[in-house]
Amino acid sequence: MTAFYILSPIMVLAALGILFVRKAVHAALLLAVVMMSLAILYAALDAPFLFAVQIIVYTGAILMLFLFVVMLVGVDASDSVIETIRGQRLFAVIGGLVLGVTLVVGLGQISLGTVVGLDEANDHGNIEGLANILFSKYVFAFEVTSALLITAAVGAMVLAHRERLSPKPTQAALAAQRVTAYAESGQHLGPLPPPGVFARHNAVDTPALLPDGSTAAASVSRVLAARGTVRSAPRDVDEVQRAIDFHPDGTPVSETSPDGRSVAPTRGPGSSSGPDLSPDQGGS
Amino acid sequence: MHSVTPFIVLSSILFTIGAVGVLTRRNAIVVFMCIELMLNASNLALVAFAKQHGNLDGQIAAFFVMVVAAAEVVVGLAIIMTIFRTRRSASVDDASLLKY
Amino acid sequence: MMFTLADVPVVDPTTADGVFSLAWVVIALPLAGAAILLIGGAIAPRQFASFGHLLGCLLPIGSFVISLAMFIALLGRDDDDRQLSQHLYSWIDTGTSGQGLHVGMDLLYDPLSALFLLLITGVGSLIHIYSIGYMEHDARRVRFFGYLNLFVASMLMLVLSENYLGLFLGWEGVGLASYLLIGFWQHKHSAAYAAKKAFVINRVGDMGMSTAIMLAFVTWGSTSFTVISANADGASQKAMTAMGLLLLLGACGKSAQVPLQAWLLDAMEGPTPVSALIHAATMVTAGVYLITRSNFIFERAPDAQTAVVIVATVTLLWGAIIGCAKDDIKKGLAGSTMSQIGYMMLGAGLGVAGYAFAIFHLLNHGFFKANMFLGAGSVMHGMDDDVDMRHYGALRKAMPVTFLTFAMGYLAIIGFPGFSGFWSKDKIIEVAVDQNWVVGICAILGAGITGFYMTRMMLMTFFGDKRWEKDVHPHESPLVMTVPLIVLAALSVLGGVMLIGGWIEDFLAPVTGFAEESHPPIPAWAVSVIVVLVVAAGFAIAYYFFGRQEVPRTAPQDVSFVTRAARQDVYGDAINDELVVKPGRALTHGLAAFDTAVVDGTFSGGAVAVGGVGVLTRRLQNGFVRSYALSLLGGVLLVVLALLAVNLA
Repeated sequence: MTAFYILSPIMVLAALGILFVRKAVHAALLLAVVMMSLAILYAALDAPFLFAVQIIVYTGAILMLFLFVVMLVGVDASDSVIETIRGQRLFAVIGGLVLGVTLVVGLGQISLGTVVGLDEANDHGNIEGLANILFSKYVFAFEVTSALLITAAVGAMVLAHRERLSPKPTQAALAAQRVTAYAESGQHLGPLPPPGVFARHNAVDTPALLPDGSTAAASVSRVLAARGTVRSAPRDVDEVQRAIDFHPDGTPVSETSPDGRSVAPTRGPGSSSGPDLSPDQGGS
Repeated sequence: MHSVTPFIVLSSILFTIGAVGVLTRRNAIVVFMCIELMLNASNLALVAFAKQHGNLDGQIAAFFVMVVAAAEVVVGLAIIMTIFRTRRSASVDDASLLKY
Repeated sequence: MMFTLADVPVVDPTTADGVFSLAWVVIALPLAGAAILLIGGAIAPRQFASFGHLLGCLLPIGSFVISLAMFIALLGRDDDDRQLSQHLYSWIDTGTSGQGLHVGMDLLYDPLSALFLLLITGVGSLIHIYSIGYMEHDARRVRFFGYLNLFVASMLMLVLSENYLGLFLGWEGVGLASYLLIGFWQHKHSAAYAAKKAFVINRVGDMGMSTAIMLAFVTWGSTSFTVISANADGASQKAMTAMGLLLLLGACGKSAQVPLQAWLLDAMEGPTPVSALIHAATMVTAGVYLITRSNFIFERAPDAQTAVVIVATVTLLWGAIIGCAKDDIKKGLAGSTMSQIGYMMLGAGLGVAGYAFAIFHLLNHGFFKANMFLGAGSVMHGMDDDVDMRHYGALRKAMPVTFLTFAMGYLAIIGFPGFSGFWSKDKIIEVAVDQNWVVGICAILGAGITGFYMTRMMLMTFFGDKRWEKDVHPHESPLVMTVPLIVLAALSVLGGVMLIGGWIEDFLAPVTGFAEESHPPIPAWAVSVIVVLVVAAGFAIAYYFFGRQEVPRTAPQDVSFVTRAARQDVYGDAINDELVVKPGRALTHGLAAFDTAVVDGTFSGGAVAVGGVGVLTRRLQNGFVRSYALSLLGGVLLVVLALLAVNLA
């Protein structure tokens, strides 16, 4: 019971966390915690086979599948935890509380009698015992399950498959499309600006600065922008210049530029001075 | 071990949390996770009852639940993918056209 | 009552054999004629146009021959062996024997039926022949003969049936034929309207008739005359009175008696042979037949008999008054018909003493009224279908045969001594005076009025100066029309022979019973003298107004109240409008309003309520799967609580 008393608070907390975390990835990780704990509880309940299956199938396969989908779907407004249906959250919580209290109290009242224990059933090993039942008593259900799995696999393929309805555009077509876009809306013909130019950190999550000091939105990935993990660029060029020319302690890096302008970019391991800079030192 | 009641209680608590999660979360993927949580909670109860009654049928049932859950997750996530592809959203609230 | 019930004989027929087994053929011939003419005439109109009218005449004549043979054979049998029945087939056979409804298609041939058979087939055949000439130029003559045959078949069914249900079959058949023939010229709105009016008013009477049949079935478990007459004593007085009144209602509808008299005058829209056959000679007398046939009921229901007498007395005066003011020759005759049927009903209502004379008068009336109607048709034929007597005058030279035959009918109807009407009407008045002097006086008065209006008709049509239009050239009708007139005129004159030696009373006695010798307060010869004097007075008044003075071509408007009322059919239509049509219309409007407001309101209100609930509850279908899941949670909660409540209680 030691394992139970250690793990049960963790499980409940992790489960509650699923309710409150904003991001799906975090929810998946918290679910992993619950599932691993469950696996241990299975072991404690004399179910070593399920212990293994729980870890392999659930934590290993199903949760990975979840993470794959999270990756494919990406971030979304639905991650928001703000309720949009009026009264839904209130009634859900009330209903959940009533259900939980009822179940806990009700189950607490029921006397289940003495525990028989699985010592006898697991006499020749848990897996053998399970196999004996599975391939005799439940063999039909087992076979039906195989049909279910095949159907599910085919179904998933059918659902996830996207039929290409138009021929794949060729390079020439793409080029023509870009030129057309330029002619019609003045969209820039050349490649997108790379991130990190004039930035203090040469990283893909830092937008480039335009000559007037403003940021180039197109220089960072749209996904990063949507996920909100884009670092802020410095407000103006001067601040960047100062960060390049001066050490953090105020001493100039080079004497050749009394006006504060550097003729050659210096890639210094200077620490951050802006309030919005992360403590890492920047790559490359 | 004197009783499996604590396991059952834990199972019901997890189940309830999962149910509330289904009702409150909007992201279809998280909703699915909550459903998995509920399934796992019931599995725990099944395994606990197997111990209580001293036979392995409960564990077999839990095993089947896992298999079915695996199949269900595969299909369910494929559906979520398809919906996301057409609607650019994984919110269960966005798929609300089938109404009055 | 001065009669005992034992006077009413029981209908107890023996099985028909020999010539009597041909009774069904009498009906079948015209029925087949109707089928052939109506179906064949529709399929091959051109072929049938050449011989359809001949076929239509031959079949009733065939029926007449058989009827005559049967009649002669009947005369050869003993008095108490003159009731014969023929079972054709089981018409309605439900339930076990002894219980349930069993109606056979049975025919009853007895002296009463015999006389009717002769009248219907005889006069009917004559009118068929007459119609060949009268309808010569009508494109639908084959159909006309088909309808006439249908009528004859139905009328024969009516008088030959052994039970009320079969009688009702014929009753409805003649009603249908009457409707079809009144509206034969349906392109005229007035004809279509008149046909509908006749049909609707007849339905009122038929309601009484059918209710009477149901009552008979409830009371005796049968509608057979045999069964009912044998068990008549077993029924309660109330049932008898109800039966009698309901039958009277039926008779009123069919015989145009007050209060269901309004259709007869409009029915003159039909072709004149129809008026002669259906609305003078035969069908309208079906009510008299019904009451005479049901004598075993009426003799046990004195209240109903009194009602018959009252209705009859009112009608005979009502019709006579109408007849006085009509300028339309056919409507004048129609009023006269109403009045004369009133006499017959009076005779039938007076019980055993009167039945025979009612039938006697019915036969005579069939002769002389058919004669006069056909004569009127002949006049119209010569006057380009003009019916207004004010446009006639001095026709006796233009159409001498018509004049002479019409005169025979005239003398018969006013009761000129020696003519048929004298004998029959006189007998009825005698019995009436004998039983109730008020009714007697009314009947005598009616005879006087009859003398007046018939003389008026005679003078306006055949005497005086000619008042017809310049381009009208009156001429005598062809032979095919005058021969029937001559035959009928002869019968009108000679009808009285049936009374010689009280033959008709004796002949009908097996059906209507024997009347005891009565001792009237006034001797019979005195009554006759009084009647003749009153009729002479009527004649004199009519001569004073219409014989000596010029008859104006248009009807004068500054006339007395009585004349105005008579021109309006004694306000028959107005009374119907006020008493039935307007309340009925108001009731219908009320019911329609009730239906719209309450019934429809209830149903559409229910629909609106359901719709409202739907509008409210459809908000629950908000499309959010999480809301549905919340409902699911509620359900789970309920189930869990229920489980706990059950297990922990």
